[in-house]
Amino acid sequence: MPGAGPEDRAIEQLINGLLLAFMAAAVFMVVRLRSLFAVVMLGGIYSLLAAALFVVLDAVDVAFTEAAVGAGISTVLALGALSLTTSREKEPAHTPLLPLVVVALTGATLIYGSLDMPSFGDPEAPIQQHVAPRYLEEGQQRTGVPNIVTAVLASYRGFDTLGEVMVIFTAGIGVLLALGSARPAAKPRKRGRGKGGEAGE
Amino acid sequence: MTHHLVVRVVAKLLIPFIMLFGLYVQFHGDFGPGGGFQAGVIFASAFILYALVFGVEVARRVAPDWFVRTGIALGALLFGGTGVASMVLGGNYLDYSVLEADPVAGQHLGILLVELGVGITVASVMIAIFFAFAGRSR
Repeated sequence: MPGAGPEDRAIEQLINGLLLAFMAAAVFMVVRLRSLFAVVMLGGIYSLLAAALFVVLDAVDVAFTEAAVGAGISTVLALGALSLTTSREKEPAHTPLLPLVVVALTGATLIYGSLDMPSFGDPEAPIQQHVAPRYLEEGQQRTGVPNIVTAVLASYRGFDTLGEVMVIFTAGIGVLLALGSARPAAKPRKRGRGKGGEAGE
Repeated sequence: MTHHLVVRVVAKLLIPFIMLFGLYVQFHGDFGPGGGFQAGVIFASAFILYALVFGVEVARRVAPDWFVRTGIALGALLFGGTGVASMVLGGNYLDYSVLEADPVAGQHLGILLVELGVGITVASVMIAIFFAFAGRSR
């Protein structure tokens, strides 16, 4: 935050710590709970908390996307998937010891790797020195778009965004191929393959 | 949920405003937070709310399959087509500066077009995925 005094920074850190604590609690409950409805709702809560965290970090565009996609659409789609299956998770057949060790080791490696990275928000970090200053300085004159995020997303990084749209396009085609041919139950097929013909796979 | 009167009335009141907000996010993305991705999701959520309250079959009559599937391809084509148009006009692929006589106006127009393409594809894919999931009985 520009011009933030020490008290502001303390409050910001307090808010960040609270949000991260809530997120950790949500993840803990997701792991513990067996009711998948509750897990889906906790997933939505987690996304909303992440969106609030992005707002504190001044990344409003990312927060917007996270709130709309993570908390909104993902929750609805997961609920839709739950309506096709059971709403309780099965008890695991094996002890969670080996996965726990693998996760702990991977996490420790990642944290060890992050020790060499520039500290958070460091203006001297290489990523702030590469093309970002040019985007910020000449972005508005070259594109006439005041929101620099939109200018970078649609113009400077147009190829990346085209790729993202193609990913969404492909995902939509894939889901339509896998599920989209299902006709409503009111219109059964004439030539009988029986009831299990479509829903049986 | 067909007999929940309060839910039906509130949903009917909310849906136009959700759509209006989606359009605002789409076309105001140059000036404030937002853009095609967010706008597409918000616009699709209006259809999803309608389907949740009034049933998927009723919602399918509002947004038929051919319409949604056309939208999926149309948005991607609009994005790619903007790139092709800038190539035809003598620039690089997705170099919007050549779209108009003034490079800045060209950039602005190109950004508007590709964001619109993003919004159309995202909204259509979200609606299509929801209909595909919700239209299947167990």
